Amino acid sequence: MMLEIILIFVMLVSAIAAGIFKDLLNSIIAAGFVSFIAAILFYFLHAPDVAMAEASIGAALTVAIFIIAIRKTERFEEDEKSD
Amino acid sequence: MEFIENYLYYIASFGLILIGLYIMLIKKNLIKIIIGLSIIDTGVNILLITMGYLRNGTAPIFSKENLLPSRMVDPIPQALVLTAIVIGVAILALALALAIVLYRHYGTLNVSKIRGLKW
Amino acid sequence: MRKVISFILLLIVATGIAISLKEIPFGETESKLREYCLEHGIQETGATNIVTSVVVNYRGFDTLGEVTVLFLAAIGLSAVLYRDKEIERKKGRKSSLILFTGCRFLFPLILLFGAYIFIHGHLTPGGGFQGGAIIASGFLLTILGCWRWVGINRSRFKVTESLSGIAFVVIGLIGLLYGGYFLLNYLPKGTPNELFSAGIIPVIYIAIGFKVGSEIAGIIDDMVRSG
Repeated sequence: MMLEIILIFVMLVSAIAAGIFKDLLNSIIAAGFVSFIAAILFYFLHAPDVAMAEASIGAALTVAIFIIAIRKTERFEEDEKSD
Repeated sequence: MEFIENYLYYIASFGLILIGLYIMLIKKNLIKIIIGLSIIDTGVNILLITMGYLRNGTAPIFSKENLLPSRMVDPIPQALVLTAIVIGVAILALALALAIVLYRHYGTLNVSKIRGLKW
Repeated sequence: MRKVISFILLLIVATGIAISLKEIPFGETESKLREYCLEHGIQETGATNIVTSVVVNYRGFDTLGEVTVLFLAAIGLSAVLYRDKEIERKKGRKSSLILFTGCRFLFPLILLFGAYIFIHGHLTPGGGFQGGAIIASGFLLTILGCWRWVGINRSRFKVTESLSGIAFVVIGLIGLLYGGYFLLNYLPKGTPNELFSAGIIPVIYIAIGFKVGSEIAGIIDDMVRSG
């Protein structure tokens, strides 16, 4: 029980951090971490098929595709001076 | 404490959906908006699997001969979520390809500077 | 103005989800479909992994739809990123000897592991989609480390993907000819917990494993080369 509470808290903090970082590489790694903890949660909910799919597709291939897309465009988010 | 024990996984998926929706609505960089879409996807999948959970249940695989089928968790949401995860990655790949072509054409990824996308 | 509207929208969505989630109890699930699938799963399909029998046998048409959506996404990506003339690739650094040898050694082992997962899809957790994703990450490793050694030309990904998709549909159509419905389970069911059992389920999963693996490898290859 305690383990699940800690994991879910870390997952929510990491999701908030994915929206705050200015360097897009950090943001992508935080989103990959959310996916990785979701794979662990799927194991606790007795769903091994879905855990394997989420770990291989969500945590590995999504991050790879995002990093290739960053390389073809810009890496840093623009600073917002005025809205 | 009773509240947390009963609704813990619901709080997780509810929080992820709200955070993803916030990132999609407020941020201005196109790749950040797509990251928000991916977070919403993960949240919805957690919600679907949580609906099929049975307390003190086991995974729906008959590995040994005599396992009671009445103590197994629901296998139908797991099949649907398997489909949803793969479709999520396909959507992400296509969205990023469109973002690359937009950058090639306009030179910037800021949503408020691209004509036709600002609101 | 934009932030005010966004906050109001978030508030509406949050209240809606919270009100509807309060009614659903956690940890108690009962449905007639679940009892039917769990009790008659082994007899009717012969697969001991009930999730596999639901994905391929009871909801096989949904799997065909998902394979179609993946195919559309791969084609759309390839069409959008098309360039008339290939850009000059910047000369990268040649990879060092340790990286080159390590990647070259690991690539067949990763392919073998992925093939093991999708062949045993009806006995253990796993299946076509998971195995296909592992095969695609094996190809990603060679793109990063030792591309000059593998030297796969680009058109073979597309050919494998198309042939596997055709194989899936042809297997389903043969079921229609046997006097039944599309995707009928016509091969012998055998005894459960054996490798050669469960009818057409391993055959379809092998086709899906090849298709998903070559599709995602083709997507990554397209994104790296053009653009």
